[in-house]
Amino acid sequence: MHAIRLAFFALLLMALPIRAENVAAFTLENGLEVVVIEDHRAPVVVHMVWYRVGAADEPPGKSGIAHFLEHLMFKGTQTLAPGEFSAIVQANGGSDNAFTSWDYTAYFQRVAADRLGLMMQIESDRMANLRLAAEDVLTERDVILEERNQRTENDPGALFSEQRRAAQYLNHPYGIPIIGWRHEIEELSKADALDFYETFYAPNNAILVVAGDVTADEVRALAEEHYGKLAPSEALPERIRPQEPPQRAERRLTFADPRVGQPYILRTYLAPERDAGAQETAAALTYLAEILGGEGANSVLGDKLQFDAQTAIYSSAFYDGLSLDATTFGLVVVPAPGVTLAEAEAALDAALAEFLEEGVDPTLFETLKMRMRAAEIYALDSVQGRARRYGAALASGLTVRDVQDWPAILQAVTPEDVMAAAHAVLNRANAVTGWLERPVERKAEVTQ
Amino acid sequence: MSMFRLIALAGMVLWLALPARAAMEIREVTSPGGIGAWLVESHDIPFVALEIRFRGGTSLDAPDKRGAVNLMTALLDEGAGEMDARAFARARGALAASFRFGSSRDSLSVSARMLTENRDQAVSLLRQALHAPRFDADAVERVRGRVLASIRSDATDPGRIAARTFNRLAFGDHPYGSASDGTEQSVAALTRDDLVAAHSRTIARDRIYVAAAGDITAEDLGALLDALFDGLPETGAPLPERAEYGLGGGVTVVPFDTPQSVAVFGHEGMERDHPDFFAAYVMNEVLGAGGFESRLMKEVRGKRGLTYGVYSYLYPMDYAALVLGQVASANDRIAQAISVIRDEWVRMAAEGVTEQELEDVKTYLTGAYPLRFDGNAPIARILVGMQMEGLEPDYVNTRNDKIMAVTLEEVKRVAGELLHPDRLHFVVVGQPEGLETTN
Repeated sequence: MHAIRLAFFALLLMALPIRAENVAAFTLENGLEVVVIEDHRAPVVVHMVWYRVGAADEPPGKSGIAHFLEHLMFKGTQTLAPGEFSAIVQANGGSDNAFTSWDYTAYFQRVAADRLGLMMQIESDRMANLRLAAEDVLTERDVILEERNQRTENDPGALFSEQRRAAQYLNHPYGIPIIGWRHEIEELSKADALDFYETFYAPNNAILVVAGDVTADEVRALAEEHYGKLAPSEALPERIRPQEPPQRAERRLTFADPRVGQPYILRTYLAPERDAGAQETAAALTYLAEILGGEGANSVLGDKLQFDAQTAIYSSAFYDGLSLDATTFGLVVVPAPGVTLAEAEAALDAALAEFLEEGVDPTLFETLKMRMRAAEIYALDSVQGRARRYGAALASGLTVRDVQDWPAILQAVTPEDVMAAAHAVLNRANAVTGWLERPVERKAEVTQ
Repeated sequence: MSMFRLIALAGMVLWLALPARAAMEIREVTSPGGIGAWLVESHDIPFVALEIRFRGGTSLDAPDKRGAVNLMTALLDEGAGEMDARAFARARGALAASFRFGSSRDSLSVSARMLTENRDQAVSLLRQALHAPRFDADAVERVRGRVLASIRSDATDPGRIAARTFNRLAFGDHPYGSASDGTEQSVAALTRDDLVAAHSRTIARDRIYVAAAGDITAEDLGALLDALFDGLPETGAPLPERAEYGLGGGVTVVPFDTPQSVAVFGHEGMERDHPDFFAAYVMNEVLGAGGFESRLMKEVRGKRGLTYGVYSYLYPMDYAALVLGQVASANDRIAQAISVIRDEWVRMAAEGVTEQELEDVKTYLTGAYPLRFDGNAPIARILVGMQMEGLEPDYVNTRNDKIMAVTLEEVKRVAGELLHPDRLHFVVVGQPEGLETTN
């Protein structure tokens, strides 16, 4: 009975996303890739432009320039005054924002469907016509220094994470923080921003994603009108970053800060990412993260560290395969009161060793498979989430086809695949293990 | 414990600004057993989003039992009925259902997503969590450990310290004056009996609010409501008293060794059902809400680069109302940021907004409103919030008219009545230069 129900359920779920997906993709003559996701439930569109450039594409010594430029993109064009871009969006009842990662920089607006043309008009304008006043650049540099204060300097966990990444990557620029090192942000100039802009911002280095209450034909006509007239860049550099050499030595670090409220262990292993046409290993690692550290009671580490023994109050594993180059697979353990970080780490390693011996629990595996299918259904509820999924994937070296194949590739993963990926990745020569803790309190020495 | 999820994901993506705060048919459904709910039926995607609130929340903690409701809520899915925590988690995992239990000062919340295919089984599981949580000793200790870790982390988070200090100074001994999750001492002392008591104080039929959106008919929703709530106690603890606001104007500095000071500021505000609420809402939109277009964002960030983000907002709660704001600036710049904010408070209180500002903000607010209803989960959340605020379903059709009806004169009058630069109090956590605690 149980098996029959599961089988029926699988069938139902597999059929659904295809009907609901309704995605079209095409490329304009100037090289701009366009993805349209139709969803007519609400009279809303999300309009996003993703550039295939991020923090990992910055010139040496200019860390933070991709993110700084993202801020400066709101500071005016030949025809728009500083701040006018957001004012126009807001005056049309929309909201706008932008974000930068290592592999992409993206700009988006959420607005009533009938304002899509206007959004394209102003977004295409700043793809080609950015104009910056010197004093606006200096003021905005103060803003990003305050942003770094807020995100990083004021948060010991973020400082710790930054140090850990720097230790993880021996050669690849993924070891440099997106926001930039403080001493380099302080020196970024208008010329640095404009150089970066002129090199990388062009229709043939961008992806337009429109999702919501529109048709592909409407989007095509509007995109041709607004973006189609822009000239492609002739000098777009090939996207090649320094790659990691074989990692041969485990790295360890301890970050002590009096602002740490709760110590914990964070370990990351270098891990393969999703590649175009080759996403199977990444799919297996996606399962591995859920199996080791998904929901507490439904995970190996939760079971062994929180339930069987009360070594940890929290444990988790994380993996995001969306990355142009090598990514990481991570583990977190927060020790229970009275358990030292050394004891917690020993328990973690023992649990991993047991798991590598015991293999995957078949019941847990079947449950996970079903949850991954269900996640596809729940994901359909967010238009913006679907738009981001395509934009991030295409900017990270995948194709529309790869995005659409991903759910089926996830469904095809076997327990053997998961164990093979686990044996390959859970190797401490590839890993950084970090301890976040409070400084040791020095007791006053008793002297004569 | 989402805090640690955030650790893992922090730094993956940087936003230009922290994301701003966040035509359909609403049916009122009453179950055969007498439970009311609002429904937006939509069969596009085969799941339903269900939002449940129990009014009262952590403010119903018994005297000297601070943190009991919070800990109890966190234990609802840690074992129920015949199932211990692991069995419950496996059952839920097998259904791919999602239940999130939360507690805040005014309500206990349940957010559920259930697939159409196995909805009855998911409802039956959720029922057990609500009716028959076990509070097993090992589960209590495990979850207590997580709550204590969270309390310790908050104790060294400048933003948390600032908010908690403001609340303590403003509301004293009322539950609004202390943290919902309690203190290390109060949580350490909680017993199983305290958790059972917290359960019966908060989860009762006379304070339920429900909204559903998605793949369910009115008839099925009626049956679902009874399946979930039939047999719950009729009533719980009496709802809290009003909170007296006891904070005057000035500055409180909380010394903390960190490079950027965080300030929380505000004074008394306006109730949600006040006839001037819309005028006040429009006023605050110009002053300091969301986006890049507010006066505070333009003056503190855009013109002077003093911060990454500065906000103000109306904060009507069930038993008190505030106007609140927050800003963060380097220790040597926070005094200037605060001075600019004070000036904007004075200017708005004296002059109100300009005709152009009023027009722009009306266009924005009325245009943005329908965009909120863009999925089953957000729709269910909005509808349950409306019920708790005492609004009618028709509000979604009249709300924009109320915004459009606000006049320039009203905004000016209400700004003068609501904003009091002399009562504005700043709690500053950090090593701020040129700022000292006032008396």
